[in-house]
Amino acid sequence: MTAAPPSRPLPVDPSIAPPGTRNFRDAGGIPADQWHADQNGETLVPTHCCFCGVQCGMYLRVDRGGKVFGVEPRNHDINRMRLCPKGINAYQQVNHPDRLTAPLLRHSRDEPFREASWDEALDFTVSEIRRIQNRYGNDAFGLLGGASLFSEKTYLVGKFARVALKTRHVDYNGRLCMVSAAGANKLAFGIDRAGNPFSDILLTDCLLIAGSNVGECFPVMTQYLWGARDRGATLIVVDPRETAIARTADIHVALKPGTDSAFFNSVLHVVIKEEMDDESFVGAHATGWEEVRDKVAEYPPERAAEICGIPADQIVQVARAFGRADKAMAWHARGIEHHSQGVENCLSVINLCVATGNIGKPGAGYGTITGQGNGQGGREHGQKSDLLPGGRSIMNEEHRRQICAIWGIEESELPPAGTSMMEMVWQMQRREIRGLIGICNNPFVSLPNYAVVKDGYDATEFHAQFDFFLSETAANAHVVFPVTTWAEDEGVMANAEARVVKHNKAQEPPAGVRTDTWVICELARRLGAGAKFDFPGSREVFEELRIASAGTVNDYYGITYDRLDETGGIAWPCPTTDHPGTPRLFEDGRTYHPDAKIHMQVVEWHPPMDPYTSEYPLSLTTGRTVAHFLSGNQTRRLGALVEQTPRPWVEVHPSHGFRNGDPVRVVTRRGSEVFPALVTEAIRPDTVFIPYHWPVPTAANALTIDALDPRSKIPEYKVCAARIEPAERVDEVPAPPTAPGREAYPEAQVSRADPLPPTSPQGRGTAERG
Amino acid sequence: MMGKTIFIDPGRCIGCQACVSACRECDSHRGKSMIHLDYTEPGRSVASLPTVCMHCEDPVAPCAEVCPADAILVTADGVVQQADTTRCIGCANCVNACPFGVPKIDLQAKLQMKCNLCYDRTAYGLAPMCATVCPTGALFYGTLEELQAERPGVQVADSFAFGDVVVSTGVAMVVPADKVQWPVPGGLPVVEVNGVDVR
Ligand code: SF4
Ligand code: SF4
Repeated sequence: MTAAPPSRPLPVDPSIAPPGTRNFRDAGGIPADQWHADQNGETLVPTHCCFCGVQCGMYLRVDRGGKVFGVEPRNHDINRMRLCPKGINAYQQVNHPDRLTAPLLRHSRDEPFREASWDEALDFTVSEIRRIQNRYGNDAFGLLGGASLFSEKTYLVGKFARVALKTRHVDYNGRLCMVSAAGANKLAFGIDRAGNPFSDILLTDCLLIAGSNVGECFPVMTQYLWGARDRGATLIVVDPRETAIARTADIHVALKPGTDSAFFNSVLHVVIKEEMDDESFVGAHATGWEEVRDKVAEYPPERAAEICGIPADQIVQVARAFGRADKAMAWHARGIEHHSQGVENCLSVINLCVATGNIGKPGAGYGTITGQGNGQGGREHGQKSDLLPGGRSIMNEEHRRQICAIWGIEESELPPAGTSMMEMVWQMQRREIRGLIGICNNPFVSLPNYAVVKDGYDATEFHAQFDFFLSETAANAHVVFPVTTWAEDEGVMANAEARVVKHNKAQEPPAGVRTDTWVICELARRLGAGAKFDFPGSREVFEELRIASAGTVNDYYGITYDRLDETGGIAWPCPTTDHPGTPRLFEDGRTYHPDAKIHMQVVEWHPPMDPYTSEYPLSLTTGRTVAHFLSGNQTRRLGALVEQTPRPWVEVHPSHGFRNGDPVRVVTRRGSEVFPALVTEAIRPDTVFIPYHWPVPTAANALTIDALDPRSKIPEYKVCAARIEPAERVDEVPAPPTAPGREAYPEAQVSRADPLPPTSPQGRGTAERG
Repeated sequence: MMGKTIFIDPGRCIGCQACVSACRECDSHRGKSMIHLDYTEPGRSVASLPTVCMHCEDPVAPCAEVCPADAILVTADGVVQQADTTRCIGCANCVNACPFGVPKIDLQAKLQMKCNLCYDRTAYGLAPMCATVCPTGALFYGTLEELQAERPGVQVADSFAFGDVVVSTGVAMVVPADKVQWPVPGGLPVVEVNGVDVR
């Protein structure tokens, strides 16, 4: 057995604590002698939240024994002390009783798991990889990574797949997140990131938020929205639901799900008709304008209003507010990206920004808000099926040569592009992929069309997962590797502004737990590629990542751990170690295309993939709640968050005749499930909504369609055809799976039996009042 | 009027309950949150409204006034403290007296608990936990001047009418600039007493 990774001593020793570690008193806290004696001597380790793409700074409170036991707000640029409930409760997972602390192993899915030694688990995994690849070829083994991993780890995942596994099949769960925006940004600007920092929101005169429930999904970003409002900015929100930010917007466009690009085309139509476009900006900086102008001519407000199910006047209002503003900005998120036309939707927003000249200026620009902590950085360094480190294309001869030189392999050894996450599941169903390693993802809850996902995973001959809790997907595996949480390792993430921030290690991992880096390198060593994976820790990986990204659009070369500690974050591209980073793009009027122009793209609206019929007349749309994160593997175990939102519901308009809490069966072409009704006027009558953080039989994703955007391959989560009908009783919420010998955190069971949370989720009305 | 205090702006609240979670993390209540988050129009809108202790000034802390055990102390700087556990008898008089519905009784321990403006933090110049984390600034800690510097033209009220009784508070509420009304009508209209319609 190889030794555990070299570990750093406890951070309570100030001489070796991460830079920026402070004792409570220095951090402005209460003098130790006047405060609870049991917390004397605690230290505050600066780090960031592990959850969403805002990446709020926080301190983890570490006790004298070196254990994380709490959180303290941190005055970081991004969040200025603010945190949402997920961030506040995140620390509770670090020493949670459900943590996996030994590898779990079984030889067949009929057996129960047993705890195994690291050697046994690694050897078994390697022998299964060999068996499958010898018999069916290298591409019969796949790797699925995650965008909650530090960038160093995502770099390793991509390298491990191509160099150690020699398979083309590697992808990641950011594929379910913001790849539509990524694709659109690449097409239009040649660079895949938001154009402006959050702080620019404070400077804008008109803020358009499309398909983003900022209040619940990125709560701390709300302070920028309200800051813009304080300055008198107009707020436009495009969302089928009246969310917390839509409630106070100047214009709330409650369009029918799946009609976004028709709406934005029409807004541009009005902008052009009323001569609010910026011909001189477009003439100097953009190509494709004539084609776009001709196309949007086909979308007069009357036509779009009919498609979108909104008044035509509203389109004119939005066009005037956006077109006449001095500086206007558009931010969007999954609401317009999770579609079979996700790339088009994003392009239609970009077209509007470009046509009105709102690009590359303080307070004017575009951005996408990443859902996962490292949704932005997670794909920049080669974890995505078609990308090599530095955002290089795996199809590009020169890019391949450059990376092969860095990795020290022959170009012929580097596999071609693979397929996307959902396509890999289809390949598993067809037995084209027979073995799989999943790292930090939970497709059993997060992929659409659960029946297909389960079938695909069940068909694999070998399946291993890395996780720190036994997720629903890990419960299907043969081997589960217990790995570290974000608080037990160091590494970088890039937030929604493309600002690279550093997470610090706050405590030693529990005995038996290893870092993902160690496990990947150890597997590589046993597969015979050890020399190329000689990384003692994240620092060494980051050094290689910097070099591998040098000279590309995603240039990290100038970013070092020391600089990150000093500055609190640097936005890429950052080509040299004295470069300040690039918070705002295109200030010199040049994009990252060879001709330095913005490539405007023609967008044509088409209906969603799941057709409406009299049998399925409604739109089902899905999303998050503020208390939970993605597949809920982490947050469904934290008492306060479970108490806040213990179970999913179906949001329906009063016109359907249900009362709050009534069991409602939601039926789509994929299946049916029963949820309690949450009756509210805050949703369109033709639309129903279910939050997606729970597994079957309360999984929104058992109902959603696995149709993909042809370019970004993102699934169409945000719209499918459905009907609702009265049911006898609601489906029970299953407890999260736990490893043998462990018990579900008792507090996590709070209120689980209740039909609805004690307080109404987001005030959408669970308790009728007089 | 008020010095450093909490200003509540319901117009900014997104109902995220970060304040509730943060209050639970604050060391003085040991795992219990003292914030009430109310939804004002359930079924119609997502509007929400946080309530912390309003630290009543005039009449001075009705909760403290009715406490038969003199357990609720008011500090010189106007902070109405949580009941002193060595005195509190868990009678719930304070719960009934508070016009804002703030104090809670831990039924098992038979002790009162309430927001004490994070005295362990504010006494040392830090903001209370709820106002520190609130992602939207719906809970703001500072002086009126600091609030107005950040939010030009903001109007606040610190008097609430419950029928004929007016209560002035240490904590203030942001009110819509176009609907300034003083004092702000507090509580719910009384429509029924013991089953009799009294409208
Ligand atoms: S807004 Fe996002 S990053 Fe900030 S605390 Fe909440 S989940 Fe964490
Ligand atoms: S933290 Fe702020 S925004 Fe969130 S519920 Fe509390 S008061 Fe409202």
